[in-house]
Amino acid sequence: MKDDTPQRDAIIKVRGLRNQFGPQVVHDNLDLNVWRGEVLGIVGGSGTGKSVLLRTIVGLNKPAAGTIEVLGTNVLTAPEEERRKVETRWGVAFQDGALFSSLTVLQNVMAPMREHLKLSTNLMKELGALKISLVGLPQLACDKLPSELSGGMRKRAALARALALDPQIVFLDEPTAGLDPVGAAAYDDLIGELQRSLGITVFMVTHDLDSLYAICDRIAVLAEKRVLVEGPIETMTDVDHPWVQEYFTGPRARAAQVKGIGGA
Amino acid sequence: MTVLGAPDLRVEPQDGRAVVHVSGALLTAYLADIEAAFAQAAPAEKHVQIDLTDVPAFDTGGAWLVSQLRRRLQQGGAEVQIAGAVDHLALLETVTTATPEVTPQDLPEHGRLEWVANIGRNLVFGWQDALSLVSFLGQTLVGLADIIVRPHKVRWASLVTHMQDVGFNAVPIIALMGFLIGVVLGFQGASQLQQFGAEVFVVELIGISVLRELGILLTAIIVAGRSGSAFTASVGSMKVQQEIDAMQTLGLDPVRVLVVPRVLALLIMLPLLGFVANLFGLFGGALMSWVSLDVNPGMFVTRLHDNIAVKHLLVGMVKAPFFALVIGVVACWQAFQVQGSSTSVGKRTTSSVVQGIFLVIALDALFSIFFAQLGV
Repeated sequence: MKDDTPQRDAIIKVRGLRNQFGPQVVHDNLDLNVWRGEVLGIVGGSGTGKSVLLRTIVGLNKPAAGTIEVLGTNVLTAPEEERRKVETRWGVAFQDGALFSSLTVLQNVMAPMREHLKLSTNLMKELGALKISLVGLPQLACDKLPSELSGGMRKRAALARALALDPQIVFLDEPTAGLDPVGAAAYDDLIGELQRSLGITVFMVTHDLDSLYAICDRIAVLAEKRVLVEGPIETMTDVDHPWVQEYFTGPRARAAQVKGIGGA
Repeated sequence: MTVLGAPDLRVEPQDGRAVVHVSGALLTAYLADIEAAFAQAAPAEKHVQIDLTDVPAFDTGGAWLVSQLRRRLQQGGAEVQIAGAVDHLALLETVTTATPEVTPQDLPEHGRLEWVANIGRNLVFGWQDALSLVSFLGQTLVGLADIIVRPHKVRWASLVTHMQDVGFNAVPIIALMGFLIGVVLGFQGASQLQQFGAEVFVVELIGISVLRELGILLTAIIVAGRSGSAFTASVGSMKVQQEIDAMQTLGLDPVRVLVVPRVLALLIMLPLLGFVANLFGLFGGALMSWVSLDVNPGMFVTRLHDNIAVKHLLVGMVKAPFFALVIGVVACWQAFQVQGSSTSVGKRTTSSVVQGIFLVIALDALFSIFFAQLGV
């Protein structure tokens, strides 16, 4: 990659990735680096395979070709045991939460701890309650079922579950989709704050220009079946590509830019 | 990642104050090993320094432990200082602010009082459910009556689809079931009646029990399991997806759109399926009588014709529409009770089948008493 600065440590390395569903090629020869400790925003038009990329990295979708290295492990070829070890070091928050509907919020957060940590139930409860409080949910939410929560609360609960094992990488799929602007801004702040204090790397698929301006260190634009450009948001307006131009210089982008700069 | 040493903790007095030396990786994974040491650390000095210089790795679990220790010491009146944790300080403060004051409690114990309360709760809920089911039955009947008064309102596409699902596609299983019932009755009847030399009465045994009771009852039970569950699952998922809410906002009555075609399809098809079961039941019985008792088919038919009045068939068939109504209304009512998540769909589907089958059998018992009183 051209902007490969040697002193940075790539926590996720994707090389030559190819994804194909029948005759439809979604990604072809896609390369991507995610640096340790950054917030990377993945943007792209509908159908450019943003979510497919996320699903492929976390192992929910098997690519046709290419290598994916996460935390130094090639997750496509590594033996099962090694893969499991890597899996405990990332957390994924799905778009609609994907919380286990028969478990309470606290039990949802405790579920990965039960599986991977040898802790007493009381200790897990304490830590689970801490995670729930970290994502800004009231303690009352602990004993609620996912169906009793609002959409925004479900997203926060999903983040709490993603953070359960103190992961190094957090994958977020459209974290602010479906939230009201106030809720979305609060969620952005939350991710920014958690990223700073917990030192996690955030890989975020998003459509939300406000989020891009507010918290993303770098943006990767998916177009033409690959990562078309990547870099800080300020550099995006210089990219000579019709979609990128429209996306980052359209009226919504200007509004978000004003807000982002005003807020900073 | 290099394997970091498991954490350790020592308390040392130093110039009139206590220093709590923590070393090793203070990670959630090691929490179970070190928790006791943290809980026991109780320096008597008024000034305590928690030294995190030798802690290379620190996560929320570790931060929680340190923050709990600090809180406990401070509550004991000590002045606590954190040293050597420049990198970890932000995390420590975030965790300290976020740690809830009260830890989540276990659900209340199910004591004796709770048990009594449960009985009351279930009674009230059961009564409310019964009322709601009756009101749903009323709505469905009004919907059905409406269709009889204004036949152009029938949703033909939907009705025919459900008739195929409920009726036509069920013919093989119903036929097989009927045949096997006939065979079983023929075989059991044969072995008992032979003792009295009354083999030939097997025709009455099979004829009456299949036509009056078993044919239609077992058909209803299979349909309750097969179509009742399908109704609850499909309408229930529509409830979860808010499709039923959408219908209401569009001015469509969910009962007329979803429930009436399904119940109507059952009303039409269940008697027909019952008839199929009757036919195959008699066929199976005749076959078995021939094989094990030498009652040849000609004799079987003659005896059937002479000794089994048509009323037995009618007594059986007249129950079919009632069973159909019970199965359809219970299944759709359960579907409308679905709330929130897909787990609820599963629970309601189970209840739908159990209640449907139970009510069908209970209704059949009522019919038996009724017909016995009438003397038919």
